[in-house]
Amino acid sequence: MALFVTCLVDLFRPSVGFAAVKLLEEAGCTVEVPPLQVCCGQPAYNSGDRATTRAIAAQVVEAFDGYDAVVAPSGSCAGMLTHHYPSLFEDDPAMQARAKNLADRSHELTSFLVDVLGMTKVAARYDGVATYHDSCSGLRELGVKQQPRRLLASVEGLELREMTSPEVCCGFGGTFCVKYPEISNAMVGEKSADIAAAGADTLLAGDLGCLMNMAGKLQREGRAVRVRHVAEVLAGLGDEAPIGEPGGSRR
Amino acid sequence: MSEAGSQADRAAILGSIRRALRRGPLSGAARQAVDARLADPPRGPAVGRAALAEPEKVALFCQWAEFNNATVARVAAADVPGEIVGYLARNNLPAAAAMAPSPALEALDWASQRMLTLRHGRGEGADQVSITGAFAGIAETGTLVMASGPEHPVTLNLLPDTHIVVLREGDIVGGYEEVWQRLRARYGKDAMPRTVNTITGPSRTGDIEQTIELGAHGPRRMHIVVVGG
Amino acid sequence: MQSTARSFKDNVDTALADPNLQDSLSKLKVGFSERRRQAAERLPEFEALRDRARDIKNHALANLDFYLEEFERKVTALGGHVHWAPTADDARRIIADLCRSIGARTVAKSKSMVAEEIGLNEHLEALGIAPIETDLGEYIIQLRHEPPSHIIAPAVHLTKDQVADTFLEHHSKLGFTRRLTERNDLVAEARAVLRQKFLDADVGLTGANFLVAETGSSMLVTNEGNADLSNTLPRMHIVLASIEKVIPTLEDAAVLLRVLARSATGQESSAYTTLNTGPKRPGDLDGPEQYHVVILDNGRSSVLGTEMQDMLRCIRCGACMNHCPVYGAIGGHAYGWVYPGPIGAVLTPQLLGVEEAANLPNASTFCGRCESVCPVRIPLPGLMRHWREREFERHLTPKAIRQGLALWGFMARRPRLYRRMTALANRLLALLGRAEGRYRTLPLAGGWTRFRDFPAPPAGGTFHAQWRRRKP
Ligand code: SF4
Repeated sequence: MALFVTCLVDLFRPSVGFAAVKLLEEAGCTVEVPPLQVCCGQPAYNSGDRATTRAIAAQVVEAFDGYDAVVAPSGSCAGMLTHHYPSLFEDDPAMQARAKNLADRSHELTSFLVDVLGMTKVAARYDGVATYHDSCSGLRELGVKQQPRRLLASVEGLELREMTSPEVCCGFGGTFCVKYPEISNAMVGEKSADIAAAGADTLLAGDLGCLMNMAGKLQREGRAVRVRHVAEVLAGLGDEAPIGEPGGSRR
Repeated sequence: MSEAGSQADRAAILGSIRRALRRGPLSGAARQAVDARLADPPRGPAVGRAALAEPEKVALFCQWAEFNNATVARVAAADVPGEIVGYLARNNLPAAAAMAPSPALEALDWASQRMLTLRHGRGEGADQVSITGAFAGIAETGTLVMASGPEHPVTLNLLPDTHIVVLREGDIVGGYEEVWQRLRARYGKDAMPRTVNTITGPSRTGDIEQTIELGAHGPRRMHIVVVGG
Repeated sequence: MQSTARSFKDNVDTALADPNLQDSLSKLKVGFSERRRQAAERLPEFEALRDRARDIKNHALANLDFYLEEFERKVTALGGHVHWAPTADDARRIIADLCRSIGARTVAKSKSMVAEEIGLNEHLEALGIAPIETDLGEYIIQLRHEPPSHIIAPAVHLTKDQVADTFLEHHSKLGFTRRLTERNDLVAEARAVLRQKFLDADVGLTGANFLVAETGSSMLVTNEGNADLSNTLPRMHIVLASIEKVIPTLEDAAVLLRVLARSATGQESSAYTTLNTGPKRPGDLDGPEQYHVVILDNGRSSVLGTEMQDMLRCIRCGACMNHCPVYGAIGGHAYGWVYPGPIGAVLTPQLLGVEEAANLPNASTFCGRCESVCPVRIPLPGLMRHWREREFERHLTPKAIRQGLALWGFMARRPRLYRRMTALANRLLALLGRAEGRYRTLPLAGGWTRFRDFPAPPAGGTFHAQWRRRKP
């Protein structure tokens, strides 16, 4: 099977990719990272640039040809592959068939672990009280809700405390957060208050974009919340420096 | 507005719709399909709670009516006037009401209630209390169905502060679809009374700070007297 | 009504700085969505009903001409009149002519978004005919000369105290001289003032939630009862409805009603659902002598058969805005015209032109909450994306974004070049951000760092660089 690293993880948080590899390998998968992968194309897609999106999508289809499963540590990138790629090629049946085929093989990480591999627990320890933010695409396009919680429940030392509105968007939205910074700020400000009110010391989610947005806000407000990708905690990599905190990688 | 102008406007809209849909007026099989759909309207997904049997149906109606801020009393026919006078007294309301000129209501034993002053006719702006019947009650949501006509002026449903409705148990149906059936049976397939008011509880508004206040424009109290037997 | 959609960004700044608005929005965000959730849970068939509601509207749209003609035939047979208005201008003219034909001086109006769309009030006022809004929320904003900020709760942006001040200002000349502090007193005072206006009005003008082709009935859903007074007391009842409101049968109405109130306010049913069919009948003791239905197109027919057609399914329940985090942050006025929130972001570019409303479909994170609650399953984010595509095609997308995209797209299609550039960027960002772990300012990312820190990557290289080292 193939890991779709995603461009944000590649550039800003490689440990998420390694956490995903570790979880998948421990579950018995042989993980490959196709070298020609770049980005799923959402920045162009959500800006209305269909031609560029199609070019990138075709490249992704090519890069992941032949793998029995394609897994991404991101609901939004996995959702792009499963829910949007086929509609990009309505005028090109051959390409559309390949895009549909990729869509059928693509999964978000925690849903792959739980729904496909049948994983019910992980062997990891994390000392802390965590709250979990449901990133929008994973939740609403892919139905990722119970899967990460189920696995987190098996992490020793971790207590999960829900915030009031875990399903409300954090205001990231890709280019939205820089195109409409004031609105985005109002949204992430509200999210940050909700996180703080939950009384957790750790914020977890399954999408790095949302995590960087929330981490940046929590830190600007001086709130002492450690922000991590859920895969890191599940893989036992919970002692990496949290997102936006100093400290190198252990590797 | 000239007749020719309005005909042109009509043709413009219908033509624009047909151009967008890339076809002319419906014909052949397509036309037959929509005609058939109108003649025998298909129902939507069955709603479980609209399909209860007799005693549960009445109970469900009462339950939802109360959920929607109406009050309900279940009495025998002979006790309807007494119940109404009692309700007015319990709520410190005047013993006077405008009543719908319906034979069914007038057949009740009002003479036994000497204290009560009744006026028969439509509702007026200053009316405090009205008494009407109802065409049906819908158990699914505790909703009353009022069909307008000489025996049931619409104004009685709307103008008074307190609306008292006398509803026969036998007129309580499960869901909306049964009301449509009864309306068709009574008025004809394509006909309707001028107004069918379906009313669920008293008038209300949430327009100030999203907090529900009763009695916005219509009645602030609705009392339903369900008549058994 | 004059659009300010072009100055969306300024509107946003104003909205975010308005404490009364923010106070009201904080209530809206939890209230509506929680009530809708509970109502949906109480009805096990809710999701199946949503599917059916979508199918019914699709069927009606695919046969729109037929059902409109059928509706007209039934209305006419019962002594009513149907008027066809291709444009907003036509609708205004038809309604004004109807009012003048009976020498009307006042029109009791019940909330109609289509009337807002065509700017009916201004037009009638200019002709010396007084429109009186009778929905409490609409009445409040009419007194304040404000546009509605929500399609089912037009005064949702105001606090009780603001309403109290407005009433004192406008009602004291009618003898109501005490400033009220309780909501129920405010409601009672409005009721008393408006009751007389109802009794005096010559024309009642309402919208319609649905037009039922089978019976020629217009169907109206309200909670206050104002629409029913509007269609019962005056001599003439005018219904103003747009073409896509027509549905085939009463059975279809039952399905739509079951999802409408639950989606809108979380009620099992709205207080009043009324079917009006023609004018007063022989023997009736009340009701209007004349019944007119004005059917407005205003550009809607051209949406049929396009990728945008789904927007015509909308039943104006307001759930999409109640659940939209962007609406929740900025309220309805920022959208600049009649229809706010996600449905506004797809409808306004259609009705006013995408140049005017270019910002609206872009101001969304595509979080998808609107689509997840829409009773007729309109793919609102997908429609907003279609608008973005049209903007991109017409070069309406801001230049900086186009250029950034072009550069990024160029690299993303060349994986080897991309790898080298990201390795470089990663090393730079890691090195410079090492001490703090994050940036408080970052060139080219001012939109981000104005409000939040930017996390720096840890040292060690990109994932792909590290992966190559791990697996030779
Ligand atoms: S788009 Fe859907 S949710 Fe929004 S108002 Fe219309 S019907 Fe309601």
